[in-house]
Order: sequence, then structure tokens, then C-alpha cells
Amino acid sequence: MKNLKKYSLFLGCIIPNRYPFIERATRKVFNKLGIELMEMEGASCCPAPGVFRGFDIESWLLIGARNLTIAEENNTDIALMCNGCYGSLLEVNHILKSDPEKRATINSHLAKVGREFKGTIEVKHIIDILYNDIGIDKLKQRTKYGRKERLDLNVAVHYGCHLVKPANSRPWDCNVEEPRFLDELVELTGCKSLDYKDKNMCCGAGGGVRSAYKDVSLDMTKEKLNNMREVGAETIITACPFCHLQFDLGQVEINSSSDGYINPNFDIPVIYYTQLLGLALGLSAEEVGLIKSKDLAAVPPFTPMEPVLKRIGEHVEA
Amino acid sequence: MSDLRSVKITNFSNDLSDQIKDAGFKEIDGCIQCGTCTGGCPSGRRTALSTRSIIRKVQLGLDEVLYDRDLWYCSTCYTCLERCPRKLPITDIIIQLRNLAVQKGNMHPTHVSLSHHLYNTGHGVPIDNEKWENLREYHDLSAKPPTVHSHPEAIKELQILLESSKFDELVGIEIEESEEKYEKEINYVPKRVSNTQQS
Repeated sequence: MKNLKKYSLFLGCIIPNRYPFIERATRKVFNKLGIELMEMEGASCCPAPGVFRGFDIESWLLIGARNLTIAEENNTDIALMCNGCYGSLLEVNHILKSDPEKRATINSHLAKVGREFKGTIEVKHIIDILYNDIGIDKLKQRTKYGRKERLDLNVAVHYGCHLVKPANSRPWDCNVEEPRFLDELVELTGCKSLDYKDKNMCCGAGGGVRSAYKDVSLDMTKEKLNNMREVGAETIITACPFCHLQFDLGQVEINSSSDGYINPNFDIPVIYYTQLLGLALGLSAEEVGLIKSKDLAAVPPFTPMEPVLKRIGEHVEA
Repeated sequence: MSDLRSVKITNFSNDLSDQIKDAGFKEIDGCIQCGTCTGGCPSGRRTALSTRSIIRKVQLGLDEVLYDRDLWYCSTCYTCLERCPRKLPITDIIIQLRNLAVQKGNMHPTHVSLSHHLYNTGHGVPIDNEKWENLREYHDLSAKPPTVHSHPEAIKELQILLESSKFDELVGIEIEESEEKYEKEINYVPKRVSNTQQS
């Protein structure tokens, strides 16, 4: 690895507190790639852009800035795994770096807790690090001796929204209506990324919609699931834990509320990108968090993983 | 024909449109009401949300839009912002309108709860059950993440900051120990600027 970089890992809320296997897979993958991840001790909610930015922009800037100062103290850029956290921290960082008046206001609040936003670091989604900094070719090379059997799943890639938009502040050189970078990352593992209707549509969870109007959010999810099922998707690959939750728990919620209208029930396993990449690099299904605990009830994954585990040659107990 | 009445808005108020322009959205005058935003809106095609008419209401200074439940059906996917032929930052305008709506006391109860979680725990979605710590340990991670969950002093910091920005007052957090939760319902109060009767 040419540029051995160190990053501060921003965890957010959903990954550490509800979907920790995403954290597990990412830590394992970055370790395998030789990239060091520092902790952001005392980090809080980013704060979630779909809700808190809509309630009070100044508080959103303030709590976001506090999180940024933790990474500034670590003297590293931030690596994060969630589109929502990305939407918040990337944009808070940019706003405060470019608007001296807003920065002064926020710093006057931060002074009360002995902090100061200096604007010394960058915020990167792990997809940005993997695609732009490391690159497809290097990753493909690393997978060459990773896994004995090639992965060849038919995948429905779901980008989510804040990974790609607003495009003028995102690090992708792509057509915002048809991004390809996550598909390329998926296909380097050997899997096939399927084209499907309205592929770039929102999952429905964001903007406070899942919390306030769950049925509306699930109706959007159902539309996406229908389109994915229509093309024979064996799994959904995500880059955001909220999209992940919306598809994973969402399929159970949609199935149970539809009274036989959804026939057959939705059953497409949902996998976060670093879980897939980890497999391709030679990590075990257990190491990337694909094996569900038998002892814990009512925890994810809610949509059973067995179909994918069988397809990738894992022994599945009856 | 004497019982026909029409509602004519003759007294346009500039207040709301000025407020939005002062917040940095001077482009709002450039909206030509083409409806491309509504056309691509994933939420709009299954709810009453019409992005175009929200912008129209702002242009006309109709502050009833701040009492509109439709404002909260937007999932902030940014499709409208990317497609707008006049390059209006539509999603950011909706977010600004939400800020003004909340200032008027219009907030969904679950959003109030989320705000209370943020203030009390530092997380919008906190660990609220032992099973989540057990799940973390099952996945080879520390039972408590290195976030505010491992640093009570960080929660105190957060609270000082949220009080400094008056977030606590905005969402109705009582600082003194209190059993009661204050919930704010969305109150739809249509405000017509003027009515004229035609005979």
C-alpha cells in the first residue's frame, strides 16, 4: 500500500447501537488493507441530517462541529460508513471552513466546553477511500489470493442518496443520475451488479420520514424491492446503515403488514459493502458478521441470510 | 349567480419570502413553477407532497406552508435539487422551512422524542436494551462503543452546547427533573390573507 493513511473512525448511531456487524466488517477489512483506524472517543450522533438539520440548523452545525474537533485532536481525517453521517459531517465541515461568520458563531458556543473548530481535517466516506484513494485495481489485486471460490452473486446495488447528492460537494466524477462507482466496487469481487428500474431512487427512510410516517417510508422501500425482485436480485448491497435497516427490517415490516398482498413475501438478504469486500479479501463469513447469533432474540439481520450463505458455500445448519 | 364566491388573495405578504431570501436563498424568485421537482419526487408520487406548490407558497408569502404536514413527507433525497432547471437549492429550502415550522411549534411527536434522546444520551438511536451490548460482544466489539456511551462527561458537554444554542427550549426539554414529556402536535391553521365575496 503506497499511502498508508490513518483515519478517525466515526461510528454514528445505527451502526454501533443496532447493526454492529457493519462496524466489525469495516474494522476487519481496513485492518486487512493495512489502514489504521483511531477511535473518536466521546463522539455523539453526527447529528442526523434528516431530522436534526430540519429542526435547527445552528444546533446541527454545533454538534457536528464538536464531532469534527474530536478528529482534529486526533490529527487525522474522518472515515465514516453512513450516508447520513456523511451528509452531515462533510457539509458541516465545508460550511464552517468557507463561512467565517458561521464559524465564529459556532466557535463562540464551542468555547463553553473548551473546544474550537479549526478546519484542519477532511471527511471521507469509506467508499470514497476505497474507490478514490485505494482504487479498483489495487483492491482487485488483493482479492486475487483472497477467496478460493469466486463470488458470483447477482446483486442489486443501492447507493442511497447522500452518498451521491448534492453532487457538487461529492468526490465522484460521475453522472449523478447514473453513478457507477459502487457497481464497480461490487463487481471487483466477482459479483454481477444488476440494472433495475429506478435504481437510484431513495429507500424512503431519510428526512425524518421513517420516524414520523413509517408507512410512507415503507411504501418507497416496497417499490424498490419489487424492482429488485423483478430482475432476480439475490442480495442487496448497501453503503449506508439506515438504508440497510430500511431494507432489512423493512422487508419484515412490509411482509407482516400486507395481509397476503405481497405474495410471495420479500426475502432478499441485505449485505453492507465491506461485508462483501471482506469475503473477497479472504475473510470468513463469521469475521464479516454474516452469521447470526443463535442466542440473541430480535436482533439483525432480520431478513434471513441463509440463501446467500448457501450460495457462497457456507455450511448452513438446518 | 349571487351565491358564487371566490377567494382572492390580494394582500400578499412578503414576510415569509423575505425570510427565506435572508436565509441565503435569493434564487427563490427564479422558480418558474415548471414542476420538474414534483415530477421526480419519490415521496410526492405517493403522498400529497407537491414540492412545486411548496415553493409557490413561499414565493407568495403564504405562511400556511409552515403548518403543512406535507413539508415533512420529504425524505431529503436531493433529486429535485439536482434536476431543477433554474438550479434552486430546493431541498435546502425545505429544510429551512422545517426550521421555521419547528419554531412555530410544529413538530411530529416522534421527532420530539428523537430530540430528547439526543439531549439525554447523545445518540438519536441510543443503546436502550442489554441485547445491543450483547450483540456488540457477539461481534467481537466492546460492549459499549467508544462514543458518548463510554464517556458520560461527553454527554454533559453536549447538553451545555444544546442549551447554548437553545435547542432544549426549542424542543421542550425541561432541565429540571420532570416526569412529564411535552409533545407538540402539528397544528394545521390555514391562514388566508384576505377573502372577498363576489355577488
